[in-house]
Amino acid sequence: MIGGLFIYNHKGEVLISRVYRDDIGYVSMEQSFGWKMRNAVDAFRVNVIHARQQVRSPVTNIARTSFFHVKRSNIWLAAVTKQNVNAAMVFEFLYKMCDVMTAYFGKISEENIKNNFVLIYELLDEILDFGYPQNSETGALKTFITQQGIKGQTKEEQSQITSQVTGQIGWRREGIKYRRNELFLDVLESVNLLMSPQGQVLSAHVSGRVVMKSYLSGMPECKFGMNDKIVIDKQGKGAASDDAGKSGKQSIAIDDCTFHQCVRLSKFDSERSISFIPPDGEYELMRYRTTKDIILPFRVIPLVREVGRTKLEVKVVIKSNFKPSLLAQKIEVRIPTPLNTSGVQVICMKGKAKYKASENAIVWKIKRMAGMKESQISAEIELLPTNDKKKWARPPISMNFEVPFAPSGLKVRYLKVFESKLNYSDHDVIKWVRYIGRSGIYETRC
Amino acid sequence: MMCDFLFSLVCTGEIFELKAELNSDKKEKKKEAVKKVIASMTVGKDVSALFPDVVNCMQTDNLELKKLVYLYLMNYAKSQPDMAIMAVNTFVKDCEDPNPLIRALAVRTMGCIRVDKITEYLCEPLRKCLKDEDPYVRKTAAVCVAKLHDINAQLVEDQGFLDTLKDLISDSNPMVVANAVAALSEIAESHPNSNLLDLNPQTINKLLTALNECTEWGQIFILDCLANYTPRDDRESQSICERVTPRLSHANSAVVLSAVKVLMKFMEMLPKDLDYYGTLLKKLAPPLVTLLSAEPELQYVALRNINLIVQRRPEILKHEMKVFFVKYNDPIYVKLEKLDIMIRLASQANIAQVLAELKEYATEVDVDFVRKAVRAIGRCAIKVEQSAERCVSTLLDLIQTKVNYVVQEAIVVIKDIFRKYPNKYESVIATLCENLDSLDEPEARAAMIWIVGEYAERIDNADELLESFLEGFHDESTQVQLQLLTAIVKLFLKKPTETQELVQQVLSLATQDSDNPDLRDRGYIYWRLLSTDPVAAKEVVLAEKPLISEETDLIEPTLLEELICHIGTLASVYHKPPSAFVEGSRGVQHKRLPGSSVESPDTGSAAGVSEAPPAVIPSQGDLLGDLLNLDLTPPTTTGPPPPASSGMQMGAMDLLGGGLDSLVGLLNTVLSEAVSLRCVIPALQNLSSHYTTCCQVWLPAMKAKGLEISGTFVRRAGVIQMEMTLTNKAMSVMTDFAIQFNRNSFGLAPAGPLQVLTPLSPNQSIEAALPLSTVGPVMKMEPLNNLQVAVKNNIDVFYFSCQYPISMLFAEDGKMERQVFLATWKDIPNDNESQFQIKDCHLNSDAASNKLQGSNIFTIAKRTVEGQDMLYQSMKLTNGIWVLAELRVQAGNPNYTVSTVLVVLAVFKSCAGAAVITIYYQKK
Repeated sequence: MIGGLFIYNHKGEVLISRVYRDDIGYVSMEQSFGWKMRNAVDAFRVNVIHARQQVRSPVTNIARTSFFHVKRSNIWLAAVTKQNVNAAMVFEFLYKMCDVMTAYFGKISEENIKNNFVLIYELLDEILDFGYPQNSETGALKTFITQQGIKGQTKEEQSQITSQVTGQIGWRREGIKYRRNELFLDVLESVNLLMSPQGQVLSAHVSGRVVMKSYLSGMPECKFGMNDKIVIDKQGKGAASDDAGKSGKQSIAIDDCTFHQCVRLSKFDSERSISFIPPDGEYELMRYRTTKDIILPFRVIPLVREVGRTKLEVKVVIKSNFKPSLLAQKIEVRIPTPLNTSGVQVICMKGKAKYKASENAIVWKIKRMAGMKESQISAEIELLPTNDKKKWARPPISMNFEVPFAPSGLKVRYLKVFESKLNYSDHDVIKWVRYIGRSGIYETRC
Repeated sequence: MMCDFLFSLVCTGEIFELKAELNSDKKEKKKEAVKKVIASMTVGKDVSALFPDVVNCMQTDNLELKKLVYLYLMNYAKSQPDMAIMAVNTFVKDCEDPNPLIRALAVRTMGCIRVDKITEYLCEPLRKCLKDEDPYVRKTAAVCVAKLHDINAQLVEDQGFLDTLKDLISDSNPMVVANAVAALSEIAESHPNSNLLDLNPQTINKLLTALNECTEWGQIFILDCLANYTPRDDRESQSICERVTPRLSHANSAVVLSAVKVLMKFMEMLPKDLDYYGTLLKKLAPPLVTLLSAEPELQYVALRNINLIVQRRPEILKHEMKVFFVKYNDPIYVKLEKLDIMIRLASQANIAQVLAELKEYATEVDVDFVRKAVRAIGRCAIKVEQSAERCVSTLLDLIQTKVNYVVQEAIVVIKDIFRKYPNKYESVIATLCENLDSLDEPEARAAMIWIVGEYAERIDNADELLESFLEGFHDESTQVQLQLLTAIVKLFLKKPTETQELVQQVLSLATQDSDNPDLRDRGYIYWRLLSTDPVAAKEVVLAEKPLISEETDLIEPTLLEELICHIGTLASVYHKPPSAFVEGSRGVQHKRLPGSSVESPDTGSAAGVSEAPPAVIPSQGDLLGDLLNLDLTPPTTTGPPPPASSGMQMGAMDLLGGGLDSLVGLLNTVLSEAVSLRCVIPALQNLSSHYTTCCQVWLPAMKAKGLEISGTFVRRAGVIQMEMTLTNKAMSVMTDFAIQFNRNSFGLAPAGPLQVLTPLSPNQSIEAALPLSTVGPVMKMEPLNNLQVAVKNNIDVFYFSCQYPISMLFAEDGKMERQVFLATWKDIPNDNESQFQIKDCHLNSDAASNKLQGSNIFTIAKRTVEGQDMLYQSMKLTNGIWVLAELRVQAGNPNYTVSTVLVVLAVFKSCAGAAVITIYYQKK
C-alpha cells in the first residue's frame, strides 16, 4: 500500500510529507529525523521534478521505490511505495485528495497549502490509514474535520458522524432540511472529433456528464430516467407499435456509463434503472460515452496551399449544423502556423481574427452563431526562409464552442423523488434541467 | 547538504523560543507553538529536542491540538523510545474515551508508533477496540492489526488478533469488512504458506455482499482479494462473475480495473461454448474504452493493462481500434502506449485506417514517438501481408521527407520487410541507396549494408557503396563492422571478378587490424571458406534465411498469465512480475490463472499446491526463516537456523494441516542443490556412452569371511531390482541368507526375502534378484544415492554400502503434460536451477532423446534455436519429486549443456515426509 505521501512546490521543496510506512526510502531510524525521509524525498526531486527531460511516465521507479505523481498547476503530489500496490487506486486516490483539498480551501496552490498544512495533515490522517484509503467523501469529512474543534458534540451527534463515515450511505447525512425542495440537473457534454482534411470522420465521440445539484430534505430516494435505447426498446415492446417506432428514433445508444457511488450498480445491471439516494449539494451523478449518431455542431473545411517556399495560403470555412433557432457561443477556431512565420494577413467575414505569434496560431473568435450558417476566414502567411530540412508538422485545426443542446441526443425523461418519511412528494420538488454541449478535442487535420 | 546544515544552525535559537511557548499557560499559544513545530518538522528541521515539551501538551480536550501532538509523536517516537513511553498512559486513557472519534484516533496513532516497548501496551486497548460497539473504531482497529503485525508478527499471532480479524469479515458494517479484508490480505502476503485468508464459498458470499455496500476503496480491497480465490467449478465461477460485473459501471477506474482482473481470471474457468462466456467478453469492452477518458495518468495505467488484455484475449477489443488513435494533446506516455496497442490490434479489416494514422504520426514532433510510428508501419507490413505494399510505399514517402531519424528508422524496418517478403519489393533499393550518406546510427547503417550485400547483384555500384563504408572501418561500431564484412563477402561471391581486391581488404581489416574477437573469428572463417571451398562458402554465406516471425514484443505466455492476475497493480504497469521490484517476501509468490494446469488428473494435486491462493513454491533462501516464524517459537530471528533439536520438533509437526505446504516448500529448497546436481548428473551422464551399469563388487571376500557379493541395480517393467551374484570363496558351505537395508534417502527396501534356495558350496556362485520397493523408511544419505546393506548368512552378518544410479528411480509416469511442464518451468525460482555440461557425447538430439526415454527421462518438447536443439525433459522420482531438464545439443559439438530444475509437485505420504524433513533440516 501507499508508503508515504508528499506534496512539493515547483522548486521541489517539500510542503507536506506524511510517511505511513517505514519501508520507503529510509532504513536507519537512529539517525535524526531531519535526515530520515530525505532519501525518498530527494530521489523524487532529483529524478522527476528537476529532470531535464519532459516526464515520460507518471510512474517512476527509482532504486526499487515507486513514485506516482500528479501535477496540479505547479504543485506536485507524489505517492511513494515499495510494494506491488494497486496503481489505478493510487492515482484515483491522488485525484480524490486534490478534490478534497479543493473542497476545503479552494485552489491548490503553494500559498493555500502552506496556510492549511495543519488541516491537510488532519485530512491525510483521516483518509489514508497505513496507506489504505478510507472514506474520502467531502460531505462526510466536513462533518467532523472542521478546524474548529468539535467539543460541543453530543453523544448522538458523535455516533451519527461515525455511522455516516463508515455506513452504507457515507455520502449523505441524516436530518437535512430545506424549506424549498429543489434540484438542478445539468447535462454537460463534450463532443470530440478528429476529421481528415477530406471531411471524413476519423473518430468522434461524446463524453457526457450528468451533474446534479440537490437541495432535498431527508433521505430521498431518486430515480433517474433518460432516453437510453435499451430501456426505450424494452418499453417499446409493450407499447403500441407506431409509438415504438417514434421513440426508437429519439433514443440514443449509450456505449458505456459509470456512476457515482450512490447509484445502486447491481440494480442498473439487472434492470438498467438508475436509482440512488443523492449526496447533498453538487455532485456528478453519472458519466457516459456515446459514439453513434452524434450531432457534430460544426464542420471545419480547411484549405492550405503552399505557394513556393515562403508563403502559405490558408482558407477555412466553418458551417454550423443544428437548428437555426439555436445559438452557439464562444466559438474559437485555432489555425496553427509554422514556426518560421514572419507575417500574417487575415480577412474574415465574421468575428475577429488575430495572429498570435507566441502561440504559433491564428485565433479566430466569433461570439455567437446561429444554426445552419456558414462563415469563412482566409489568411496569407509569409514564411522566413529556413534551411531546416524538417517539414512543418501541420498540427490540426482545433475548435472551441458551446451549444445549448446535447450533441449525443441525450434527453432527460424524468427524475422522480420519493421521500416516504417526510411529507413532500415528487410534485413538490422544483426541478431544473439544462443541456450544454461543449467542444472537447475538436480537430480537423489540414 | 550545505542548506541542511544552515537549517539546523538557525534552528537552535528557534527551538529555545518554541520551548518557552510550548510550556505557556495559554491554550492558544500552545497550539500555535505545536503548529510551528510541525511546520519545521515538515521542511526537515530536527525538532526532536522538544519531545518532552510536546508530549506535555498531549493531555488536552482540544481534539485539534491532540491530533497535532499525535502527529509529532508518530514522527519522533522511534528516535526517542524511552520518552515515548510517557505517552502510553494518555493513549490507553484515550482508547476508553466516550467519544468514538477519539478512541479511534488513539488506536490509529498507537499503531503508527513503531516502538517495541509500546506495542505491548497496545494489545489490550486494541483488543477492546476490535470489539468496540462503534463501527468507526472497529474499522480503524482492523487496520491497526496490520500495523502491529508489521512491527511484531509473533505478538499478533500470540494475542489471537488474527482470529478476531477473521471474525470481522462477518461484521455488519461494510467498511469494517473491507478494512479487515485489506489487513488480512496484507498479512497473508507476508506468509505465503499460511491459510489466513481461508476463502471458501461462504466467505466469498459475504465479501460479495459487502461489495455492494462499501466505499469505493473498500470495493477495491474486496475485489483484489477475490482475485486470489480459485472457484471450484465453472458454475461457481460464473455466479461470482455475474455479481462482479455491475462494478464495471463504477466511476472509480480502480474499481473497474480490479473487477476486470477478477473477470479475466475467472473467465479461464468458463467453457468457451457457454453463452455467458460470450456475453462477458462483450461486457468487458465498453468499460475498458471508458477508462481512456479518465485523467492521463489513469489512462496510462489503463493502457498498460489493456496491452496485456489484448495479448491474452484479442477478441475483446478487436473492433475498438479507433479509440486508440492518438490525440494531438495526449501526453507522450499515453501516445506511446496507444501506438503499441494499435499495432497489436491491426488486422486486415482495419489496416487502411491504421496506416493513415501512422503516417500522420510520423510527422509529429516527439522523436521517440515518430520513430515508434515508423517502426509500427514496418510491423504492420509484416503482420498483415495484404498491406505490405501500401506500407512500403508509405515508408518510401517518409524517406522522401529526408528527416534524418525518420529515414533511418524506415530503412531498419524495410530490411525486415525484405526478409519477410523476399524478391518482392527490391525495386525500392535505388531510393534507399540515395540516402546512404545521411545514415549516422549504427542500426540503420548496418541495415543498409545488409540490404546492399543481400541484393548486390541488382545494385550496379554495390562495390562502390560498400567501399565507401570501408574507409572508416575502425570507427564503426561492431554491429556495422560485422555486417560490412558479411556484405562484402556476399558481394564477392556474387561478383567475384571485380571485387577481389575489396574482399581482401576487408578480410585483412577484420583479421589483422581488429582486436574484436567476434569480428576476427568471422573474418578467419570467411577467409578459410573462401580459400578452401568457394562452393561451400556460397552455401554458407548465401544460405536461405529462416522467415521472421510476425509478432514481436509479445510477453511470454507464463509471464502474461501472471501479469493478468496482477491487473491494476504496479506489476501490470511495469510489465514485470512483482518479485522483480518488490523486496523481501512480499509479492514473490507467483500467481497463476486457474485452469491452465489442471488437465491431467495425476498432476491434480500438484496444481492444487501451486495454485492454492497464497501460492506456494516460494523462492529464496529466506524461506527457511519464514517457516520458522510460522511454525516454531522464535519469531523475529530470520538469521541462522536454530540447532538440530528444533529440527526434530519440526519433524513432529502436524503434517496434515498447514505444515504440508511448508514441507513441500522446504524440501524444494533443500533438495534442489542435493538432487539436481548429484543425482541427475550420473543419470544424464548415461548419454556419454561409457556409463554402463556393469556389475560392481560391493562386498569383497576379504571382508566377509569368504562371501563375495557383486551386483547391479536395474529397473525392469517398473520394478527396481537389485541383481546380485553371491560367490562363496570360503571353504565351508553357506546357508540361511537374509538381507536388510538401512534407512535411505528414497525409502528403498526389499520387497521380499532374498531368494537363495540352495546352500552355497565353496567356489560356487549364485545369482539372486531382489525386487525393491520404495515405501521403506526414509533418511537422508550422503551421498544421496547411498545404500547401506546388511547381509546375513549362517556365518555372520556383513555390512556394505553401495550406490544406486538415480535413473533407476525414474518412474514410468514421469511424462509431464506439455502445458503443465511449460507453466511449471517458468514458475520455478532460479535458485532451484543448476547447470552442467556433459562432455564427449556423440549422439544427435533424437538419438539422445530415445536413449533417455529408455531411462524414463521423457522429452516433452523440442525446439531448435540457432542450430541448437533444445530438449525439454521431465522425470519423476519414485518419491514424487519432479525434475525438469533442458538439454541443449549443439550439432557437431559433443558437449551438452543441461539445466535442471527441481520441482516438488506431489505430496508425500505423511510419515515418510516427516522423516525426510527432519533429516534434511539437520543437514542444513
